[in-house]
Amino acid sequence: MSAKILGKQQLSENVFKLVLDAPKIAKKRKAGQFVVLRIHEEGERIPLTIADADPAKGTLTIIFQVVGKSTAHLSGLEVGDSLLDLVGPMGKPTHVEKIGTVVCVGGGVGVAPVYPITQAMKNAGNYVISIIGARCKDLIIMEDEMKAVSDEIIVTTDDGSYGYHGFVSQALEEKYLMAGDKKIDLAVAVGPVPMMRALCDVTKKYNVPTVVSLNSIMVDATGMCGACRVTVGGKTRFVCVDGPEFDGHQVDFKELIDRQRIYLDQEKECYDHYCTCRQQGKGA
Amino acid sequence: MEMKERLKIPRQPMPEQDPQVRKRNFEEVPLGYTPEVAKAEALRCIQCKKPECVEGCPVEVDIPGFIALIAEGKFIDAARKIKQTNALPAVCGRVCPQEVQCEIRCVRGRKGEPVAIGRLERFVADYERAAGEVSIPKIETQTGKKIAIVGSGPSGLTVAGDLVQMGHDVTIFEALHAAGGVLVYGIPEFRLPKAIVASEVDYLKKLGVKIETSNVIGKVATVDELFAEGYDAVFLGTGAGLPSFMNIPGENLNGVYSANEYLTRSNLMKAYRFPEYDTPIVRGKNVAVIGGGNVAMDSARTAMRLGADHVYLVYRRSRQEMPARIEEIHHAEEEGIELHLLTNPIRYIGNDKGWVTGIECLRMELGEPDDSGRRRPVPIKGSEFVKDVDTVVVAIGAGSNPLVQSTTPGLDTNKWNYIIADEETGQTSREGVFAGGDIVTGAATVILAMGAGRKAARAIHKYVMSK
Ligand SMILES: Cc1cc2nc3c(=O)[nH]c(=O)nc-3n(C[C@H](O)[C@H](O)[C@H](O)COP(=O)(O)OP(=O)(O)OC[C@H]3O[C@@H](n4cnc5c(N)ncnc54)[C@H](O)[C@@H]3O)c2cc1C
Ligand SMILES: Cc1cc2nc3c(=O)[nH]c(=O)nc-3n(C[C@H](O)[C@H](O)[C@H](O)COP(=O)(O)OP(=O)(O)OC[C@H]3O[C@@H](n4cnc5c(N)ncnc54)[C@H](O)[C@@H]3O)c2cc1C
Ligand code: FES
Repeated sequence: MSAKILGKQQLSENVFKLVLDAPKIAKKRKAGQFVVLRIHEEGERIPLTIADADPAKGTLTIIFQVVGKSTAHLSGLEVGDSLLDLVGPMGKPTHVEKIGTVVCVGGGVGVAPVYPITQAMKNAGNYVISIIGARCKDLIIMEDEMKAVSDEIIVTTDDGSYGYHGFVSQALEEKYLMAGDKKIDLAVAVGPVPMMRALCDVTKKYNVPTVVSLNSIMVDATGMCGACRVTVGGKTRFVCVDGPEFDGHQVDFKELIDRQRIYLDQEKECYDHYCTCRQQGKGA
Repeated sequence: MEMKERLKIPRQPMPEQDPQVRKRNFEEVPLGYTPEVAKAEALRCIQCKKPECVEGCPVEVDIPGFIALIAEGKFIDAARKIKQTNALPAVCGRVCPQEVQCEIRCVRGRKGEPVAIGRLERFVADYERAAGEVSIPKIETQTGKKIAIVGSGPSGLTVAGDLVQMGHDVTIFEALHAAGGVLVYGIPEFRLPKAIVASEVDYLKKLGVKIETSNVIGKVATVDELFAEGYDAVFLGTGAGLPSFMNIPGENLNGVYSANEYLTRSNLMKAYRFPEYDTPIVRGKNVAVIGGGNVAMDSARTAMRLGADHVYLVYRRSRQEMPARIEEIHHAEEEGIELHLLTNPIRYIGNDKGWVTGIECLRMELGEPDDSGRRRPVPIKGSEFVKDVDTVVVAIGAGSNPLVQSTTPGLDTNKWNYIIADEETGQTSREGVFAGGDIVTGAATVILAMGAGRKAARAIHKYVMSK
C-alpha cells in the first residue's frame, strides 16, 4: 500500500521525522516493530522502526538519519508526497512486562526506536531510567519526549558539549552499575552496533540482562531471503522475523558489523550517483 | 494435408539467443515460433481420438483442440481454448516441465519426437497478447460473497481468476510490493519476462480482482481478522518461501547468499540494473552455486549474467538425479556453467573482513537408494579439496514460512509445518479456510499450484453459496 506524508520535521542536521498516513498499521503496531518502505519504482526496500503511532488518527511516525541514497531521498520528500509502498508492522513486538527497574539506552538516531520501548516499559509500571547520547549537543534528539516517559534521564555527549561527557555505556557503568545502590533488572539498548556491543560488554560484567534491537541489512523482511541473518548464541536467526530484539549477550556483533558492510562500495556509488543527478537538477 | 505428409514434418526447433551473447544479458533465451513455424509444428499433431497428452496435463488443457486451431491459423481462438482451463498460458508455455507431463505422453514421441506442445502454447499466448486481443469474459451476476486470497503466486492467481468469474468479490493480499509470487521474485527475466507476469496480473484486475500488495497476513491482519472484516472464505497460497541453509561453518560470511535472496535482489529488486535501480548485489567473479534443481540453475545463470568468470554448480549426486529440467541444464552448460557433480561443500573459508574466499568440498560416490529412491551420496574419505570463490549461492530447497500458521489457531500442519489440506478441495482443518500450492505440497511446480487453485476455487464456490 502507498502512504501519504502528513507531517515533516527536521530534528537535527541529519535526522528527520515523518508522519505517515497508515491507519491499518497504526492500529496493529506494538512497541519494537518496524515498517519497510520503498519510495519509488527503482527504490530499495528500507526498514525503519515505528517511533510512534496514533491509532485514532491513523498515523505513524518514523525518524531516520540520512546515511545514504534512500534516506537522503526520503529526507527530500515533503508533506503531501507519497511513498510508493509501506508494509508492516514487521518483526516481533518487544516483550513488555513489569519487572522492576529498566534502563533504556539510545545512541544517536537509536533514540527514536528506543522511545516506543521506553514508553511501553513505563506504561507497564516499571521504574524507567533513560540514557540517551550522541556525538555532540546538536545531535541529541527527542530529549523532551524521552523525559516524559522516564523516571530518571541522563544525556551524554562524546565531546562533552552537553550533559555527561562520555559514552552511554560509560554513563551506565559509572552512574548506576558501579554505585550498585539501585538494582537494574533489565537494560534495553538501540543504536549503532559498536555502541550496543560496548554496552553489552558492560552489562555482562554486572550480570544485567540486556536486550538489543538489531539493524541488519534486509530485503523482504518476511523471512523469505535470509539477508538479515545474525548469529545469536551460536545459532543463525533472522532479524526480521525472529527479532529485531535479541539477548545482547549472545549476539555475534563482529559478524553483524561485517555483514552491514557488504555493499559499502555500491552504496557509495549509488549515493554519489544520486548527488550528481541532484546537482544537475535531474532528480534521481 | 495428408497424414503421410504430416508425419514427415520434423519437430520445429526453437530459435534461441546465441549462448555467447545471452550469457551476458537478461533478455529471454528462446525467441519464440513465427506463425509459419507454429502452423508447421501444429500439423505434426495427428489428433488422437483418445489424447494421452491431456491426461498428462495437471489442468487438462484441450491440447489437440488448441493445436488444431493453430493448424487452421486461428491463433486467437487457440489461445482462448487454452484459457478455458489454464489462466496463465504465457507462463506455463515457458516454465512447465512438458517433457515429463504432456509431451512424454505424445504418441509421436514413441517413434521420433513429440509435438512441441509447450512451444505452441507459448506461441498462441504471446500472439494473443501482441495482437492486443485479450478478451474480458462477461461475468455472471454478483453473488455478494467476499473472498480473501493470501499470496499472489500461481495458486492464488488461479483461485482469484476462477472465483471472480463466478461472480464473487475477490481480494488478494500479497506480502511483497509486486504480485506474482515466485514468478516475479524467483524465476529470472531471461526465462520468464516480468512484463508477461504483469500483463497476466493486469488481466485479473480487469476481471475485477482487487490486489492489495504490501499486506502481510499474520502481521497487518490475521486470518480471523479477515473473517471479522466480513470475508466469507479465505484461501492460503503462501508458497514455500523459507530459505534452507546447510548449517555448515562460514555460511554467514559476506558473499554467501540464499538463492531466494540472490534471485529476489536480481529479479524483484532489479539489482542487475544497478545503479539505475538502487538495490545492490555482489557481482562475483568466481561463484559457487550449491544444488541441482531449477533454482540452482537460475542462480548459476544469473551469476554468469552478472559478469562472473567462472560459475561452479556444486551438486552432491550425479547428473541423473538432478531435479532441474533437462532443458535448463543444457542451457546452463551452453552458457559455460561448470558442473561439479558428486561434490558436497563442508565449509566456507573467509578472510578477516568476513568475506568468503573459498569453499571446501568433499567428493561423493553413490551408495544404496534412499527414501526418495535415488542413490544416496556418500562421502569419499580424504577427498577434501578447496576452491577459491568470492560468492556462494545456496540453492538446496525451501521450507514453509510460518507467518500465517503461527497466527491462525486451529489450522493443522504436518511435521514440516506445511498446511494440511484435502487434495480434492483444499479444505483445511478450519471452516472456511482453504489452501493450495507449495504451502500444502512443499516446493513443486507452477502448474500443480494452479491445479490446486482450480480445485479450491470450485470448493470455495460451493462452500460460500451454501452458507
Ligand atoms: C529493523 C530495523 C530498524 C531500523 N530503524 C531505523 C530507524 O528507526 N531510523 C534510522 O535512521 N535507521 C533505521 N534502520 C537503518 C536503516 O534501515 C538504514 O539506515 C537505511 O536502510 C539506509 O539506507 P540508505 O540507502 O540511506 O543508505 P545505504 O547507503 O544504502 O546504507 C548505509 C548503511 O545502512 C545499512 N543498510 C543499507 N541498506 C539497508 C537495508 N536494506 N536494510 C537495513 N539496513 C541497510 C547498511 O549498514 C549500510 O552500510 C533500521 C534498520 C533495521 C533493520
Ligand atoms: C527460482 C525458482 C525457479 C522455479 N522454476 C520453475 C519452473 O521452471 N517450472 C515450474 O513449474 N516451477 C518452477 N518453480 C516452482 C514454482 O515457482 C512454484 O512451485 C510455484 O510458484 C508455487 O506457487 P504458489 O502459488 O504455491 O506460491 P508462490 O509462487 O511461492 O507465491 C506465494 C506468494 O505468497 C506470498 N505470501 C507468503 N506469505 C504471505 C503472507 N503471510 N501474507 C501475504 N502474502 C504472503 C509470497 O510473498 C508470494 O508472493 C521455481 C521456483 C523457484 C523458486
Ligand atoms: S530480510 Fe529477508 S529474511 Fe529477513
